[in-house]
Amino acid sequence: MATNVEQNQSAQADPIGRKKRPRLPWPAFTLPCLVAGCLLLTWEAVIRFWGSELIPGPLAVVRGIAELIRKGILLKYIVASLFRVTWGFSLAVAIGVPFGLFLGWFRHAYQAFNPLIQVLRPISPIAWIPLAILWFGISDAAPIFLIFLSSVFPITVSATAAVQGIQPVYLRAARNFGLGRVQLFRRVILPAALPQILTGIRISLGVAWLVVVAAEMIAVNSGLGYLIIDARNAGKRYDLVVAGMLIIGLIGLVLDLIVRRIERHEMVGWGTSPR
Amino acid sequence: MGYESAMNENSRDSPAISVRDLWMTFVGRRQGEEIHVLQHVDLTVRRGEFVCIVGPSGCGKTTLLNIIAGFIEATRGEVLVEGQAVRGPDPRHIYIFQEGGVFPWLTVHDNIGFGLSRRKPAEREATIKHYVEMVGLGGFEQVYPRALSGGMRQRVEIARALAADPEILYMDEPFGALDYITRYKMRADLVRIWQAERKTILFVTHDIDEALQLADRVIVMSRRPATVQTVVEFAQPRPRDIDSPEYLGKRHQIFAAMGMTPQGDMIGEKPGD
Repeated sequence: MATNVEQNQSAQADPIGRKKRPRLPWPAFTLPCLVAGCLLLTWEAVIRFWGSELIPGPLAVVRGIAELIRKGILLKYIVASLFRVTWGFSLAVAIGVPFGLFLGWFRHAYQAFNPLIQVLRPISPIAWIPLAILWFGISDAAPIFLIFLSSVFPITVSATAAVQGIQPVYLRAARNFGLGRVQLFRRVILPAALPQILTGIRISLGVAWLVVVAAEMIAVNSGLGYLIIDARNAGKRYDLVVAGMLIIGLIGLVLDLIVRRIERHEMVGWGTSPR
Repeated sequence: MGYESAMNENSRDSPAISVRDLWMTFVGRRQGEEIHVLQHVDLTVRRGEFVCIVGPSGCGKTTLLNIIAGFIEATRGEVLVEGQAVRGPDPRHIYIFQEGGVFPWLTVHDNIGFGLSRRKPAEREATIKHYVEMVGLGGFEQVYPRALSGGMRQRVEIARALAADPEILYMDEPFGALDYITRYKMRADLVRIWQAERKTILFVTHDIDEALQLADRVIVMSRRPATVQTVVEFAQPRPRDIDSPEYLGKRHQIFAAMGMTPQGDMIGEKPGD
C-alpha cells in the first residue's frame, strides 16, 4: 500500500522538475478586476487629496447607486433603456440584414441604393432628434426610431460587404453541386456571410447603446440617459450622474460580451477569430 | 427517366470528354487589348481514364479546366462531356479546387454530405460514413475544417466530391498547396481511390512527377497562348517505380516537350520568362 502511494506521488511531480509558478485563476476575469481595483483606489486617493468638487468620490457613487436601487428607479430605468434598444435594434436587424444581403447579391440594386445609404449614414442620429420629436412626440417611438436609424445603416453595409466578399470558390462549388437559388442562399450565401454580418451587428449594438442615452436626454422622461440629465438639472446630483454613467458602461460591456459569445460559435467563428 | 436513358444512349460510346478546336481570349485592361490564353486546343479523355494536364505555370491549364467544367465560356470551339455540349456546371462532374473549396461553416460530416441533400437520410448517412472512412477521416466527422490540416481539408473535399457519385472529377492542382510529404501520400491515396471507384479524372498540375505517378496519359501544354504540345501515354502499373528506365524515359520526354532538359536547362530557347 505504502509503495502505491509513493508511486502516485512521484507520478504527480513534474517530470522535468519545473517549478509551477502560482497562476491567477481565470486571468481573463481577475486581471481586468485588478485594473479596475487600482483605478478605484487612485480615484479615491485623488478625492481625498484635492476634494470632491470636480467629481464625486467612488463611495459617493456607490451610495448613489444604492439610493437608486432603494427608490426602485434604477431597475425601471435600465429596463426602459433596454426596451428601447431592443425594439430599435431588432427593427434595424430585421430590415438591415435582408436589405444588405439583397444589395450584396444584385449589383444593380447596389448601384442604385448605395449612394443614398452613404449620404444618410454619416448623419449622426443625434441630428435626427428634432425631426424624431416632431414626428413621434415625447414617446418611446422617438428614441426607438433614433436607435433604428443609428443601427440600420452599419448593419446594411456590413451585410452587403459580407455577400460581396464571399469567396468565389464557395459559390462555384455550390453551383457545381446543382444548388437552386433558394438552396444557394440558405446553404451557402447566408452562412458564408454570417460572420461579417455578426461583426456588423456587434459594432452597431455598441452604437445603439450610445444613441439611446443621447435620445433619452432629450426625447423622453425615463431611462438611463434621462437619469443623468435629470440628476444634473434637479439638484446637481453629480454622484447620480456618475452612477448612471457607470451603469451604462457596465451594461454596454455585457451586451458586447453576449454578441462576442455568439461570434465565437464554430459555425461562424471561422470568419472572425484567428485559427 | 426518359431523359436519362436518352442521354445514356447517345453518350454510351462517346468519350468522357472531347474538346475540339477550343480558343479562349480574355479582354485585357487596356482598350482593345486581347489576351490569347488558349488556341486550337484538341483533347479527348476516355471513360475511366486518368489524364493529367501539365504545362508551364500561367499557361491556361486552369482556364481550360474551368471551361470544361462549365464555369466559364470559351471564345470559340466545342466541349462535349459525355456526348453533351457543356452549358454550365453539373453535379455529375465535380470540380476539386486547389485550396479552400471546403465550406468552413459545416463540419466534416456535413461537408461530405453537401451534395446528398436529395437522398434518403439512411442512405445519406451510409454514404457519408463510407467516404469518411475511404479518405481516412474517421473520428473527425464533427470537426470543423479550420481545425484540420491542409491535407485533411483536401481529403474532405475529395470525399465530398466522391460522395455525390459523379462520373468525372476535375482536379485543379488539388495538392499544390500541401507540403511535399503530404502531397506524396495524397497521390498514393488518390490512385487507390481511383482504382476502387473508376471515375474519369482530369487532373491539372504543373508537377511533372505528380503527373507521371498518377496518369494513364499526360497532356503537355505549351506556353501561352497554350495549345496541346504533345500527349504522353504511360501504361506502367501503379504504384509506379520512379527509378525505372521507363519512368525516367517518359519524364525526359515531357521535359523535352516543354523545352527543357530534366536538369532545368532550356533547349534552344532563351532562358527565363
